[in-house]
Amino acid sequence: MSGHSLYQPQSPFMKWMERRLPIAGLIHSSFVVYPTPRNLNYWWTFGGILTFMLGVQIITGIVLAMHYTPHVDYAFNSVEHIMRDVNYGWLLRYLHANGAAMFFLAAYVHMFRGMYYGSYKEPREVLWILGVILLLLIIATGFMGYVLPWGQMSFWAATVITNLFSAIPLVGEPIVSWLWGGYAVGNPTLNRFYSLHYLLPFVIAGVVVLHIWALHVAGQNNPTGVEPRRDTDTVPFTPYATIKDSFLMIVFCILFAWFVFYMPNYLGHADNYIPANPAVTPTHIVPEWYYLPFYAILRAIPNKLMGVVALGASIVILAFLPWLDTSKVRSARYRPLYRQFFWVFVVVCVGLGWLGSKPAEGGYVIAARILTLYYFAHFLIVLPLLGLFEKTKPLPNSITESVLHGDVPLGASAPPPVKT
Amino acid sequence: MNLKRTILAFAAAGALAGALATPAAHAAEQVTPPRQSWSFSGPFGKYDPAQLQRGFKVYKEVCAACHSMNLLRFRNLAEPGGPEFSLAQAAAVAAEYKIKDGPNEQGEMFERDGRIADAFPAPFPNDAAARAANGGVLPPDMSVIAKARTYERGFPWFVLDMFTQYQEQGPDYLTALMLGYREKPADFTMPSPTMQYNMYFPGHAIGMPPPLSNDRVTYDDGAPQTLEQYSKDVSAFLMWIAEPHLVARKRLGFQVMIFLIVFAGLLYFTKKKVWHAVDLEPGAVEKKA
Repeated sequence: MSGHSLYQPQSPFMKWMERRLPIAGLIHSSFVVYPTPRNLNYWWTFGGILTFMLGVQIITGIVLAMHYTPHVDYAFNSVEHIMRDVNYGWLLRYLHANGAAMFFLAAYVHMFRGMYYGSYKEPREVLWILGVILLLLIIATGFMGYVLPWGQMSFWAATVITNLFSAIPLVGEPIVSWLWGGYAVGNPTLNRFYSLHYLLPFVIAGVVVLHIWALHVAGQNNPTGVEPRRDTDTVPFTPYATIKDSFLMIVFCILFAWFVFYMPNYLGHADNYIPANPAVTPTHIVPEWYYLPFYAILRAIPNKLMGVVALGASIVILAFLPWLDTSKVRSARYRPLYRQFFWVFVVVCVGLGWLGSKPAEGGYVIAARILTLYYFAHFLIVLPLLGLFEKTKPLPNSITESVLHGDVPLGASAPPPVKT
Repeated sequence: MNLKRTILAFAAAGALAGALATPAAHAAEQVTPPRQSWSFSGPFGKYDPAQLQRGFKVYKEVCAACHSMNLLRFRNLAEPGGPEFSLAQAAAVAAEYKIKDGPNEQGEMFERDGRIADAFPAPFPNDAAARAANGGVLPPDMSVIAKARTYERGFPWFVLDMFTQYQEQGPDYLTALMLGYREKPADFTMPSPTMQYNMYFPGHAIGMPPPLSNDRVTYDDGAPQTLEQYSKDVSAFLMWIAEPHLVARKRLGFQVMIFLIVFAGLLYFTKKKVWHAVDLEPGAVEKKA
């Protein structure tokens, strides 16, 4: 936040370097002395976890690409070759496949944290929108990666998802053929998905740089939602945030390792160990768990085009969140009503995920429709109205006051403000 | 109070889920296979080499007549964490087979004895031949079938499985399948007269006739020559060929877990020490200007 660099190069080489390319100064001001609110809780670590997971995915992915063959006749067996004959190939592949799941888990926690504490509000709208763009990019990347092993679910997921574009009036069919590179999902489709699956992570990394840049301009939000006002409100990034984030990151790695080493196929689908067969449709075509809420929304709408529109809208609507939420108070801590609606929204999202894994029939469809309706109502009705009618709790004067004295209502026997 | 509300909300969602579960009658309802105990389950699980050797014998003498196993190479039989035959034994197994090779310098294909680097030969030259010989049904390749078969666990079991590490649905199902042949119920219409009734097969009509029966395969190690023992042994063997590095994976996993837990502990106490001053007093953080 404070723009000037406090970095004082010591060695002659670093002094020489700093006058030509002040990269050490940039790192110093961004990750060492950068002031972070002192009251950040562990939910703030998930941004760091996401950056770490992006690194894991890129490194394991590059090595996997050295052994994988993007051809319909060889793809399945080349993945099995990785699993059997490449040194630690099983580890690389399980890290990459489960890493995608962990990536989405961390992304969803990160987003829900932003929603709970109002991190998308002024002046962090662009930061939030960059996050929505990142969500779209990881959805696309994850989907194309899932196609590469060329199992039954790979093939049929590719067929179902690309077919969504055929719902577009007039140009739908030509767009789908253009995406496929043919008249069905086939070798050209697999080739381009492989190419794009390799490209997109680097696009993601670029947008992550913008995301972090925007974060460092606006500064981090914090659990009170009150901007830091004085020196005691913040602590330097290093060692305080560094050590706290490192701890949770390693705890997250324990969860990650649990799946990689002990349950590597739990999050996947057994059908994807059957080689792709265009002549046999699986009984239930189900996407990976992290797409299930969106899949439920898609299937809840009886009309195909409107289903696709709802699917797209369910993600795009997030970009408008800074303006749909009319409340001036950021943190749910001081918004008793919003806090309840927030948890209802979380339950609705989990419920949609569960319904997405169920066949689209009977009571499931009805429930999916109700929850889809609520999903949109949360953004379009609940949030705009809450801001107008909700009676919020008084905000603390500063982060320091909130940390030291808890949240005492104004006018009550409030302790004297702490002097700096 | 917030926690209480959250629990209430989850309870409401659970009740909704329960109410919805009733009308979900699938078209092909699958009978849940019984759980078996496997030497390779759990965090310290290992394959039993003797069991894998027996399972390989069952596969070689019975299943291999119709089912290919394209990803199995003879050398795998001698690799650590598997059946652990000696290299000489693996070479002897390979030599039992004729492998089509070529073309030679005259441009002709020829047959030679198998070597340990060779893949296990398939019983039919192509899928069409396999279908023609099996009443129009293709016997699936068995290389990863233990990971390609499962059954639905349902709520709440699929959540609990995450903690208990239950992931042997494949071998449980395969064992049950081989034991699951029954007389056709009177009200069941078989889609084709060559098919059999199996209570665990989805849809119940299976193209494969009962493959195993008591004393079909001779065991050299004194294990009981029963249908049940055969089924378990061949399922364990199929799990190994689907996941040949399972033993190494779980062993490495334990080392990684120990490291991560110790590292996390050290970081936790370092964090406590670093933050100690801040937690005590707000002005304690030194700001270098």
